Amino acid sequence: MPLAFTILVDAITYASWLFVVSLGLTLVFGILKILNIAHGSVYALGAYAAATAVGLVTTLKLAPAFSLVAMLLAAAVVAAAVGPLLERTLLARFYGRDEVLLLLVTYALFLMLEDVTKLVWGVNPYFVSGPLQLFGNFQLGPMRLSGYDLLLVALAIVCGVATWWGLNRTVTGKIVLAVIHNPEMSASMGVNVQRVYTGAFTVGVFLAALGGAFTAPLISVQPGLSVSVIVVSFAVVIIGGLGSIPGAALGALVVGLARAASVHLMPEIELFSIYLVMAAVLVFRPEGLFQSVKARLI
Amino acid sequence: MSTPLLSARGLGKRFGAVVAAEDVSIEVPAGQRLSVIGSNGAGKTTFVNMVTGYLKPDAGRIELEGEDITALGHMQIARRGICRSFQIPQLALELTLRENLLVAVAAAAGHPSLWRAADAAGHGERAEALMRRLGLEADADRPTLELAGGVRKLVDIAMALARKPRLLLLDEPTSGVSAGEKFEAMHRVMEALAGEAATVVFVEHDMEIVAEFSERVIAFYSGRVIADGTPAEVLAHADVQKYVTGGAGQRA
Amino acid sequence: MAAPGDAAAATPAPGSAAPTGAAGATAVRAAGAATAASSRWSPARVALIALVAFGAVAVAALLAPKWLLFLTTMALSHGLAVLGVVVLTRGGGATFGQGLFFAVGAYVAALWPQLPWGLGSTDAVVRVLVGMAAAGVVGAVFAPLLARYRGIFFAMLTLALSMVLFGLLSKSNALGGSDGIPVPRPTLFGTELGGHARVEYLLFLLTAGFTLVASLVVAVYWRSAAGLVARAVAGNALRVEYLGASARASLATSFVVSGLLGGLGGALTGLVLGHVEPNFTNWTTSGEFVFVAVLAGYQSIAAVFVASLLLEVVRSFSNLYFPNTWQLVLGAFLLLVILFRPAGLGSLWQRKRPGGKAP
Repeated sequence: MPLAFTILVDAITYASWLFVVSLGLTLVFGILKILNIAHGSVYALGAYAAATAVGLVTTLKLAPAFSLVAMLLAAAVVAAAVGPLLERTLLARFYGRDEVLLLLVTYALFLMLEDVTKLVWGVNPYFVSGPLQLFGNFQLGPMRLSGYDLLLVALAIVCGVATWWGLNRTVTGKIVLAVIHNPEMSASMGVNVQRVYTGAFTVGVFLAALGGAFTAPLISVQPGLSVSVIVVSFAVVIIGGLGSIPGAALGALVVGLARAASVHLMPEIELFSIYLVMAAVLVFRPEGLFQSVKARLI
Repeated sequence: MSTPLLSARGLGKRFGAVVAAEDVSIEVPAGQRLSVIGSNGAGKTTFVNMVTGYLKPDAGRIELEGEDITALGHMQIARRGICRSFQIPQLALELTLRENLLVAVAAAAGHPSLWRAADAAGHGERAEALMRRLGLEADADRPTLELAGGVRKLVDIAMALARKPRLLLLDEPTSGVSAGEKFEAMHRVMEALAGEAATVVFVEHDMEIVAEFSERVIAFYSGRVIADGTPAEVLAHADVQKYVTGGAGQRA
Repeated sequence: MAAPGDAAAATPAPGSAAPTGAAGATAVRAAGAATAASSRWSPARVALIALVAFGAVAVAALLAPKWLLFLTTMALSHGLAVLGVVVLTRGGGATFGQGLFFAVGAYVAALWPQLPWGLGSTDAVVRVLVGMAAAGVVGAVFAPLLARYRGIFFAMLTLALSMVLFGLLSKSNALGGSDGIPVPRPTLFGTELGGHARVEYLLFLLTAGFTLVASLVVAVYWRSAAGLVARAVAGNALRVEYLGASARASLATSFVVSGLLGGLGGALTGLVLGHVEPNFTNWTTSGEFVFVAVLAGYQSIAAVFVASLLLEVVRSFSNLYFPNTWQLVLGAFLLLVILFRPAGLGSLWQRKRPGGKAP
């Protein structure tokens, strides 16, 4: 049925950028035990930076293909600027403290970054249209698909595979896993645990910015982006399991499906269906669909 | 008294490949002072955790005065009169010493009142009495966060006493207490219990404490009971010396 | 789980001076500071002081300009929701979903006159009580579920539940959708308040009255055995269970109380603001309540309303003078409080008890 197909395609495209963002969130929780409310703010920063970068490409009359490079670079710049700074100067002070306390600290960061974005980029929306045109549309059976959506899917797959491979198949990844399991032991074996934390946080933040940068062409980039993104990402990582990479993928797909299905079938439940699933997972399988982080302590 | 206060039969517990308890059978008559010894990982704390309901045994049965309590959780077992203290004192650190005891007293009285003051209805006096019995009055209104480990230990034990338990399990009551103060602390605890007709099981590493304060000793090794008798008998036992004390009547 | 503001805070000393401030918060502050003190203050004495202070404020407010009355009323009604957050966090549950109760109270109070078969009423007191009760029912329904959780997962579940309501309300045409519903002025004991010369004053008095009663009730609860057990649950829930008391029952109670307070605050806010909207249950609103709670600390009821008033002042003036930087200021301030004064504002006027004295 064409409708089912439409829903599936919608779900997958939505899930793609959501996965990239949520991957970063779940990584940061898995490694640093921080549930970062400001993750959504970095997503917004990535989107704004991409808007500026693509605008620059247009102004400099460079080939349109450069805009993709520009978006990637924009995300990288945001990550490099924000990641180490936040982690070293602020978050590191709270390691080992209550997880909820850290949540509050990241909430404070979210508040601050909201205004920082407004101060730098103003309150008017930005539109990043160039990259969309690059890929055009094509016909797949009864459906018209946007080539850009395929790019997003490809991006999601690349990020997922790269992260998994990086953690499980490289020496650096093994070190990171060791630090997750036992920071003291790793430190006494000569691992620079500080650098692992800073690096991990920067990677997580990069993924958020990347998600924002590559989603920018699909939306109007304006204040308030971070507010909705962060709660949807929370839903994804809770559904999939905090700290789990396959969980983030599955969670993104579930959320994408819930949203696509409700948009096409029953628009009134679009928003609340996502959170209903999140609540249901918390009730029936609080570790998430993939994980073993203990949720209930009594 | 035909029915023992506590009867554990054939208790078994595994954690993966680790055997924490195997075929542990112990009967404790009412009023007995029993100490449990064994090196680290021998199964002492697992035994305590099973009796207090924190862990479910994989096999076996636990009875309290004939009643089967094997499947009960730690809260229900506490309500039936089995209370414990902890190796690392478990207190509400932001609360004062007095407040911690008031919580214990309120919990013992059941259904904490939503409007009557915490120290009303005799609760305040009861908390005071507990403090006096263990010599804790001086620090009554200091947050337990600020108190030394040895004092925290005593607070921990005082809280366990609030229910006037039938069976009291003390997990290493003198660990963390300086060598010079151990005997005094233990004396205080035992005196506090003297009027209570409570049965006491305490886990200990210090053999002098064991010899002085218990009338019966059970030694664990690799999850099994390897000796059971008077302190003199057990401490002289060949296996106990091999696996637990590593010498004649010294610290394990 | 240690509540963020709880590090080694000592019990408050009696007779602490109530700081000065705008009319309206003074009475509550005095009552709150007094009732947060030790059990040496008898309930009758406290109630008497509270009534006298309330009377004084009622008279003083007659002279206050309308904008100040409105500001203070909002501070009190929001403060009630924050008080709910404080009660719950003090009892072991850090919540990012207080907006759920805030919105339930607000919407029920807003819609109550439309109840069929003449059951509805336009009376403000009735509507506020009904709104509060409805939120309490919601709290009671979910309390057994929530009480099994701790820390991050507790917060996430409260967040999810509040966002479910947000989604429901945003897309519901019957309930006004994302624009919300306007709330015409209520009646008060038969008097129509719409167009009344003293409407701001009367609504302020109503709010202050509810705030006073709620504060006294919370103060009694905090002094009680259950209140102390709740603090122990926050510090070491497992030990509470080992003592034979149910940590779950305690947390569930804290949750219901926070629900009642949230609903009370929401109902009052809706009536005074003249408008209710889905944003009342957005996570950002819940976040603001948490912000004020952290600012106020978890030891003093009065501090909650002082902090709430501070936020209202900043919020009002920010729209005029610095609309694009006030969140920056808030965030920075929150960080500073967490870093340097984790016990919150309330710790500023509570002297530590001298330690080590036998009674």
